[in-house]
Amino acid sequence: MAALTFFARFASAMILRRVNTSEKWNALMIYIPITVFTTIIAPALLMPKERLDVSIQNEYLVAGLVSFFFAYKTKNLGGTVIIGISVILLLRFAFGL
Amino acid sequence: MISLRNLELPSEFRDGLKAIAPLFLGVASFAIAYGLLARKTGLSLLNLTLMSLLVFAGASQFVAISLLISGSSFLLILFTTFVVNSRYFLMSASLGTYTRKWSIKWQAVLSFLLSDESYAMTMSRFAGNVADKYYQLGVSLGLYIEWLVFTIIGGLMGSFFGDPQTFGLDFALPATFIVLLLPIIRNWRQVTVCIITGTLSVAGSLFLPTKWYIPIAIVLGTIIGGMLELWKQK
Repeated sequence: MAALTFFARFASAMILRRVNTSEKWNALMIYIPITVFTTIIAPALLMPKERLDVSIQNEYLVAGLVSFFFAYKTKNLGGTVIIGISVILLLRFAFGL
Repeated sequence: MISLRNLELPSEFRDGLKAIAPLFLGVASFAIAYGLLARKTGLSLLNLTLMSLLVFAGASQFVAISLLISGSSFLLILFTTFVVNSRYFLMSASLGTYTRKWSIKWQAVLSFLLSDESYAMTMSRFAGNVADKYYQLGVSLGLYIEWLVFTIIGGLMGSFFGDPQTFGLDFALPATFIVLLLPIIRNWRQVTVCIITGTLSVAGSLFLPTKWYIPIAIVLGTIIGGMLELWKQK
């Protein structure tokens, strides 16, 4: 894992010392962080207990939506984490989950 | 001349350290959540610390942990790590515009320390200023040390607390990625790819064995994104 991670970070820097990147390549590569983040976010919010749960009883989904809004407004990582976790704990308290 | 340089360099380094202050809480809770989860998975404190020390990639460490929980094969863990981290090709490549003239030693060190957060901070600074390697070092090294320290704290807490889910700490992972995801989304094609990839990963998670949905959804989503880009250019 360590070797592969370092390779990913270092290889392109080394290749780039010689080659210029094309616009097309950059346009494609922007989708990798987008899809990585989405692949982690979607199941974490929609199926926190290993099964699909689209309801207000799913505290992770509600907290996720609140976090999206808060992150969009503030771009503050610490604040978003704290708000999200607070929403989860609040809903658990409210619903007795 | 030399004394002037010596005075200048640490100030860029300190700027870098200051720049990551707003990220402090988020990174700390992310690292603690990792430490807790890793302990829960059965990783020893030494092993989970070594993973932070050597790999230093929050997302793939989390994914590796969840793969370990579900008893996935070594091959799946390596393949997923590779796919999850392939975004660093892009990040290194786009930073390369500024860093390509620095020595290989510097590039190796800064490459090792590259993270989603340090990439975001460094790029936004370099875009309007002189690209300074000490600034990137300050940002990256600060995040590295914070990650390491709070990983250990999380691991220690894991020995006392039970399940991190009880305190909603596992939400630190999606919350972090939400904050990182939003600023890079700029047009409807990217929103479309998000929706498709999200649907694919949920469907894959429901129907595919173990965690193969992670690399599969990433690869398919990226290909669809690339096709949308080509279609736009026509």
